Amino acid sequence: MKTDKVIRYVLPTAAFVAAIGLWEATVRINQIPPVILPSPSLIATTLVKDWRTLFGSLEVTLGITLEALVAATAGGALLALIFAQWRPIEYAFFPFAVIMQVTPVVSIAPLLLIYLNPSVAVLVCAFLVAFFPILANTALGLSSIDHNLLDLFQMYKASRWRQLLWLRILSALPYFLGGLRIGGGLALIGAIVAEIAAGSAGQGAGLAFRIVESGYRLNIPRMFAALFLISVTGVAIFLITTALSHLMLRRWHDSARGRET
Amino acid sequence: MTAAVAIRSAAPAMTAPPPLVRLGAVGKTFANGVEALRGVDLDIRRGEFLSLLGPSGCGKSTILRLLAGLTGPSRGSIDWLSTNHDLGFVFQEPTLMPWANVFDNVWLPLRLAGASKASARQRVEEMLAKVGLAGFERAYPRELSGGMKMRVSVARALVTRPAVLLMDEPFAALDEITRMKLNDDLVALKCELDATVVFVTHSVFESVYLSDRIVVMAPRPGRVVAEVHVPTPSPRDEDFRLGAGYAAICRETSRALHGAMGGGVSEGIAAG
Repeated sequence: MKTDKVIRYVLPTAAFVAAIGLWEATVRINQIPPVILPSPSLIATTLVKDWRTLFGSLEVTLGITLEALVAATAGGALLALIFAQWRPIEYAFFPFAVIMQVTPVVSIAPLLLIYLNPSVAVLVCAFLVAFFPILANTALGLSSIDHNLLDLFQMYKASRWRQLLWLRILSALPYFLGGLRIGGGLALIGAIVAEIAAGSAGQGAGLAFRIVESGYRLNIPRMFAALFLISVTGVAIFLITTALSHLMLRRWHDSARGRET
Repeated sequence: MTAAVAIRSAAPAMTAPPPLVRLGAVGKTFANGVEALRGVDLDIRRGEFLSLLGPSGCGKSTILRLLAGLTGPSRGSIDWLSTNHDLGFVFQEPTLMPWANVFDNVWLPLRLAGASKASARQRVEEMLAKVGLAGFERAYPRELSGGMKMRVSVARALVTRPAVLLMDEPFAALDEITRMKLNDDLVALKCELDATVVFVTHSVFESVYLSDRIVVMAPRPGRVVAEVHVPTPSPRDEDFRLGAGYAAICRETSRALHGAMGGGVSEGIAAG
């Protein structure tokens, strides 16, 4: 038990530190110029030095990602509820959702950039990729309810509304949270991809824009610093959505239960 | 002791209590064309423990669903002859809401009838005590054993004090020891609450041990083929299970079931 915990936390930390150390050593020993590969220490210094610029970009990207995620969560969950309540609407509109999902966002981005102003286009791209997993997962959850429980509610003459509130929504919750975890990651990916597609046209100046711009200026340390911030954002989104899911399900759902060994 | 075995048309005129619900020539054909039930005439009497016994596909679960109003008959009629026809339903699985604790699960029927948590508390706690789960109000279903989950399910079905308790092979998924204990507790509870039970099973031995009356059904199409009365008063005990009378009634019931299967087919007759 004790050693298990040590292995689970110490091992990944040690591996990570070792990898960074190896990187630093390789760059120093071989005297690799920063334009080719900056050392971790130089990236850290750049991060501090350029903090004002980079933090501004982080705010932009984070803002777009969160707005897109909120819109995708609300839209996806709401549409899934509508689909579950009125099947004909699902038959009519589900194909659109699928088409939107399977068309790579990079290929839509240039079109959106023509029709919309760049910051809105980026937001729409991020929304489009985050939307579908939330919709699909919630719809799956709403349709995979224990039929006996539905029978029970029907036998006790529960209204459609109570059936929705007390049975369907709660029973779909684990699926919805799964969709949220996927959607959170995808919203960031969508925002980054769209920013890159927008390139120099982007006036928003998010992190991806910084990467493109630093590339043109051969400011490789700053490229890495921006990349680092994107990774940290992704990890943070993953941790927050996972914690949220665990918090909401830990009392009752098998996914949040540790197996007894 | 003799087993009173009678074919439908010659059911003995015992001092029977008045029927609670009457099925008249009920037939059910599903949308896919399968005829689940044909010409079922059946009275369910107040206070009796009635088992529906038969192999898979004989329509015994369909009768429960018809009684519960979850589906309507294709032919014939179902008439409730009492004013109270509240129902309780126990499925083969516990069918609890995993996100709700034991109290909230049992509260559900009362809650759907408009009872607040405070006003339902006494009835819920009383019923939980009756099924032997006092003190487990705040536990979640996943923390309970299979037998305990079934007890919660029974408490939920009985909390409204229903006129009829419908049970669809409720303990079939449990181990033998747990099942026997639950069967004994069920009969004791039924006697205490003076409830009426309709119990679907495919076990001859279980049905004889539990029932006042066993309706034997045959498949394709589902129909009633025989009725067996078990005169020994409830609740029964281990002595009954080991007695000659029990064996005789089991034999008669088994024979009726065998006849229902057309004599040659035996794999459908589940034992134990």
